[in-house]
Amino acid sequence: MDILPIFSALRRHKITALLVILEVALTCAIVCNAVFLITQRIDRIHMLSGVAEHELIDIQISPISATTDSVPRMNEDLAALRQIPGVTAVASSNQLPLGGSSWNAGIKIARDQKESTLNATTYYGENMLETLGTQLVAGRSLLHDDFYDFDAVVKAGSTSDTKNMPKVAVVTQAMADRLWPGVSPLGKELFMGDNIPITVVGVVAHLVRPSFSDNAVAEYSMAFPIRMAAGRYVIRTAPENRERVLAAALAKLKQLDPKRVVLKKQTWDQVREKFFQNDRAMAGLLLGVCVALLVVTALGIVGLGSFWVAQRRRQIGVRRALGATRRHILRYFQTENFLLATIGIVLGMAMAYGVNLLLMVHYELPRLPMMYLPMGAVVLWLIGQAAVLGPALRAAAVPPVVATRSV
Amino acid sequence: MFGYYLDLALRSLKRNKVLTALMVLAIAVGIGTSMTTLTVMHLLSGDPIPARSSMLFYPQVDPDTSRAEHREPGDMMDYHSAVDLWRAQRADRQALLAQSDVRLRVPDLNLPVLITHSLSTTTDFFPMFDVPFQYGGPWQPSDDENRARVVVISAHLNDKLFGGANSVGRTLRLRDTDVRIVGVLKPWRPSPQFYAVAGGRFAHGNTADFYAKPEDLYLPFFSGMEINAGSFGVFNCWIVPEDYGKLENAPCIWITMWVELRDPAKVDAYARFLADYAAQQKTLGRFTHADNTRLRNLMQWLEYNQVVPSDVRLQTWLSFAFLAICLFNTVGLLLAKFLRRSGEIGVRRALGATRGAVFAQCLVEAGMIGLLGGIGGWLFTLLGLWLVRQQPAAYADLAHLDIAMFLITFVLAIFSSLLAAALPALRASRIPLGLQLKTL
Repeated sequence: MDILPIFSALRRHKITALLVILEVALTCAIVCNAVFLITQRIDRIHMLSGVAEHELIDIQISPISATTDSVPRMNEDLAALRQIPGVTAVASSNQLPLGGSSWNAGIKIARDQKESTLNATTYYGENMLETLGTQLVAGRSLLHDDFYDFDAVVKAGSTSDTKNMPKVAVVTQAMADRLWPGVSPLGKELFMGDNIPITVVGVVAHLVRPSFSDNAVAEYSMAFPIRMAAGRYVIRTAPENRERVLAAALAKLKQLDPKRVVLKKQTWDQVREKFFQNDRAMAGLLLGVCVALLVVTALGIVGLGSFWVAQRRRQIGVRRALGATRRHILRYFQTENFLLATIGIVLGMAMAYGVNLLLMVHYELPRLPMMYLPMGAVVLWLIGQAAVLGPALRAAAVPPVVATRSV
Repeated sequence: MFGYYLDLALRSLKRNKVLTALMVLAIAVGIGTSMTTLTVMHLLSGDPIPARSSMLFYPQVDPDTSRAEHREPGDMMDYHSAVDLWRAQRADRQALLAQSDVRLRVPDLNLPVLITHSLSTTTDFFPMFDVPFQYGGPWQPSDDENRARVVVISAHLNDKLFGGANSVGRTLRLRDTDVRIVGVLKPWRPSPQFYAVAGGRFAHGNTADFYAKPEDLYLPFFSGMEINAGSFGVFNCWIVPEDYGKLENAPCIWITMWVELRDPAKVDAYARFLADYAAQQKTLGRFTHADNTRLRNLMQWLEYNQVVPSDVRLQTWLSFAFLAICLFNTVGLLLAKFLRRSGEIGVRRALGATRGAVFAQCLVEAGMIGLLGGIGGWLFTLLGLWLVRQQPAAYADLAHLDIAMFLITFVLAIFSSLLAAALPALRASRIPLGLQLKTL
């Protein structure tokens, strides 16, 4: 197929050709970035949590009023919950992965360091890591003897009495890699607020934070040997027992203290569902926009293609009369669309890159991976070809006899 | 003449129904998406209290003694500074604010215990922020310092507890304390909840919760401090406090303060007062960064905290890019439509129509497409806003089309169709007459 005649024909329709090119370019730029945004959201939705996903139940009760016996009462609750048939583990925690607002602390790796190296979530609670089902990859977990009561720790903190302060912690692999890249974190010391060293004794593979907006810091969490009656119980049981255990646990807690208020009762799957619901809505919206964009672009190509075919009926007739086959005519329009789409795609790739730069500056997005560009190109080529097929077939159907009329 | 153009336009639109429908649909979809996001943007980025926002200011001091270098002062104030500034009464009005959740029961109603959001504030809060009352009114100024056991409740809570009846004089039990209702608000929904947006700039654009409903309970500040001690949220502490139940002297920031200053001279005077206060606190040894004070007005404070959710901004950009593509499409289709009628236009030109007349007639036709697209766009906007209302965001229930946005839908539709038609109409008006007549 000779493309030179196509070029000379296009030169006579500069504006229409330019419109098709611009439309394809803009669509390419936006669809590439929108698909990238969608995959970002989907990655987030499927983020590894590090916990036993379908086995956890979260119960939050209004904090037992500030009495001195809050820890014994918590232990009483825990013992009662543990006795429910089907329960494999129970812990009282200050917060839950993906559970919403979080307790964080600035972490330093040297004594007298001015600014924190990073900000990490601090999980409290005895037997918490085991109940959540985190996977220990190095060192040991937190043991009974490591633990201190929250009130004692706070009191010790204000009097700088190091005796009642936690001395060890378990960190996530992600946090260890950031603090001590390439080195075993076991035995390393880290510092919070004051200059009391805390030794890292264990590393878990994954443990996501209760809330985060930047995926890069999603797993900066650590477990601290502090016992705290924060009114949040995590129960682990087999997936099929969750509903029954939840009901039994609520009854048990009500029986122990009829006056308390249950703030939340949910499976961890529900927690996760809720945490990512905005991301899911946004991904759906972006997907809708992408489809609408591609449809509008395809319709535009159909419209302009039809116009061109109608305008060139006589030329097509002449070509057919001079011996061109239907296939030739079909090919002509297909090649023409391919050329326009290609120019549009090249322009669109440059624009996609530009849009991505803007998004990186304003929305803290990573760089668009190169692989999106060829994928966008293929999609637009296919859509262009599909859209032009109808008008091109109509062009091919023009009979040679048209050439004899009204010349 | 205009009537004749309209007639011509109608005939032309009817002649090629598919092409017309395509153009109307393209404009309608483009307008629908951009108006949906623009409406949401308009709702979320607007002035929450237009009549008063220029008089409302957010003072900040820097009580954090732990920092070596200079940074923006913390988003809230420590109790000591906030109460000092409030007691000085140097502004036209001033209010202290602290949020907490509190356990609520109605002693003489058999209802389950509720956990409600409460705001401990001072009585100026209500007139300062134009908070409307349904029954009763704010508490007396003296009630603030006297720690009166009184409360103002929201319309929502009044409906829930008392079926919307006048509940002034009734008693609520908050934690272990009985308080008397002195006022019931009318439905009040500032968008955003502008007095509680501290820390927004650390939220990475996840700020949808700033558009949630305001609190259900309003307590005199010092009464709230006593009744609900230990439940107040803390913004930041630079040293771990001894007891979260007694934050009055803790090295923590957790109180916000708003002041009303009615003219620029008063703003300058208050800024000086703030600086003097900080300097005085430095000599007392309580502050280390005395020169680090701020006095932003309401809109500046909202902007500083980047309250418009980044997803919403992104959606707005996206929908306008979408509109642009729809318009490119329309340009192409209009060009096709007008040039296909070259013969007709050639005849009109030969019969004496000027280029301007042809141009005007093409624009009338495009305007008509714009109007039809506007009607479609309005329907799509209603659909779009309905979809927004189904979303899990805190602002979802706010998404409704107001009169202004309704009118803008049509203005935008007609304007963009005229814009799209400018080039095709110009081309059509330049059609040389002789050539076209020959081929008729």
